[in-house]
Amino acid sequence: MTYSWDFRPVLEHFDMLALGLLNTVKIAAVSIVLGVLVGLVLAMMRLSSRRWLSWPAAVFVEFYRNTPPIVHFFWFFYAFPVLLSVSMSPYVAAVLALSTQSGAFYAEVFRGGIVSVERGQWEGGRALGMTHAALMRRVIVPQAVSRMVPPFIERSFELLKTTALASTLAYADLLYQAMLVNSETSRPPEVYTTIALMYLVLLVTASQLARLAEARLTAYQ
Amino acid sequence: MTQHPILEIKGLHKRFADHHVLRGIDFSVAPGERVAIIGGSGSGKSTFLRCMNFMETPSEGEVWLDGTRIGTERNGRVTYPEKQLCSVRERLGMVFQQFNLFPHMTVIQNVMEGLVTVKGMPKAEARRIAEAELAKVGLSEKHDAWPGRLSGGQQQRVAIARALSMQPEVLLFDEPTSSLDPELVGEVLRVINTLAGEGRTMLLVTHELGFAYHFATKVIFLADGVFHEVGTPDEVLKNPQKPRTQDFLRRFGEFAF
Repeated sequence: MTYSWDFRPVLEHFDMLALGLLNTVKIAAVSIVLGVLVGLVLAMMRLSSRRWLSWPAAVFVEFYRNTPPIVHFFWFFYAFPVLLSVSMSPYVAAVLALSTQSGAFYAEVFRGGIVSVERGQWEGGRALGMTHAALMRRVIVPQAVSRMVPPFIERSFELLKTTALASTLAYADLLYQAMLVNSETSRPPEVYTTIALMYLVLLVTASQLARLAEARLTAYQ
Repeated sequence: MTQHPILEIKGLHKRFADHHVLRGIDFSVAPGERVAIIGGSGSGKSTFLRCMNFMETPSEGEVWLDGTRIGTERNGRVTYPEKQLCSVRERLGMVFQQFNLFPHMTVIQNVMEGLVTVKGMPKAEARRIAEAELAKVGLSEKHDAWPGRLSGGQQQRVAIARALSMQPEVLLFDEPTSSLDPELVGEVLRVINTLAGEGRTMLLVTHELGFAYHFATKVIFLADGVFHEVGTPDEVLKNPQKPRTQDFLRRFGEFAF
């Protein structure tokens, strides 16, 4: 059997897909920013020598590493509002799921960057008489950041792809819009091929931008 | 010889978990003294040096700098306030085996860093001092190079310039030539020798016994965490009295005095 491809019905609904793409970018961008904040707090907690700070952060990270992402979406959409007796839009639930997930992983990226700086660098700064704060600001963090860039970018791409799970909460992202277009056109091969290509273009573009940023941040190596 | 010591150690012990590295050391350095510390690997000589500027925290004992006890003792427990440790380290320059230059800063930025960040000096003034220190170690033409592009010997000279920039009262050298290729050792030792000529107070942990002989005013042979034998270079390196010292020197083979 041969399928006769016809992209015209899909292209007629391209505005719906474009909206979906925009929503995907929007939720990813917001979740990356919030995820970085969550990750910074968690990383500082984990690096602390105080057990009551480092331990909860470690549990949080382990929890997210060992549970499926879609469960987090369902939990924030169906369970969390019940506990708080509030209603929650798919958008807010998806942002919470994405930013806590990425926060848990970013925390490991940030912590890994800090601990990867050799002991000699700490000693070199300390021996000059630097305070802990000055040492972090002038010596450790600048070196750690350049090492964090590649894994940070990797995690952000992961997040960008995970946004597709928001469609299960009826958030109008690219995948959800594709499902709508599909029910209008009944052309699954064209619809899903189209959005696969749209995801591809989005991620390739993002990776080009990331490469530029990476080159700037790791100039001295 | 009755000069007031700049640095004094009393009853120093250091333990790592159940490993007792330093086992009761009393020691003092007068201004202008140059002390070479020798000993086998694992004898505790680096740990001893690192306790001076609190790269390692002593498990027991007192460190006195210019008549002031470092740390505050309360109910038999000693705490070391960060501020005090920072000022002690500022006054005791340290040069490491692995240089520990900051790879994200150029050579001159490395040398300026302590002046600007720790002493709060304006950049222009810090640059002037850094330039002078780099000239002293013979690296005037390398100001804007990244440390990673320099040879080991050049990196170590930058590290010496960085330590000197802070005008330390005592310089601590922790095996400064041990990680260098043999042909690069000489240039670093020459710089250290120049500093000796300026009457600086220096402590040097080293395996270069020939250099130690010419450099030091006092030599300490450390073994099993204690000062096994102490004396002038002639006494310790040429006429050691204790069998253990004699054995150590023999195993190091021949070196030119």
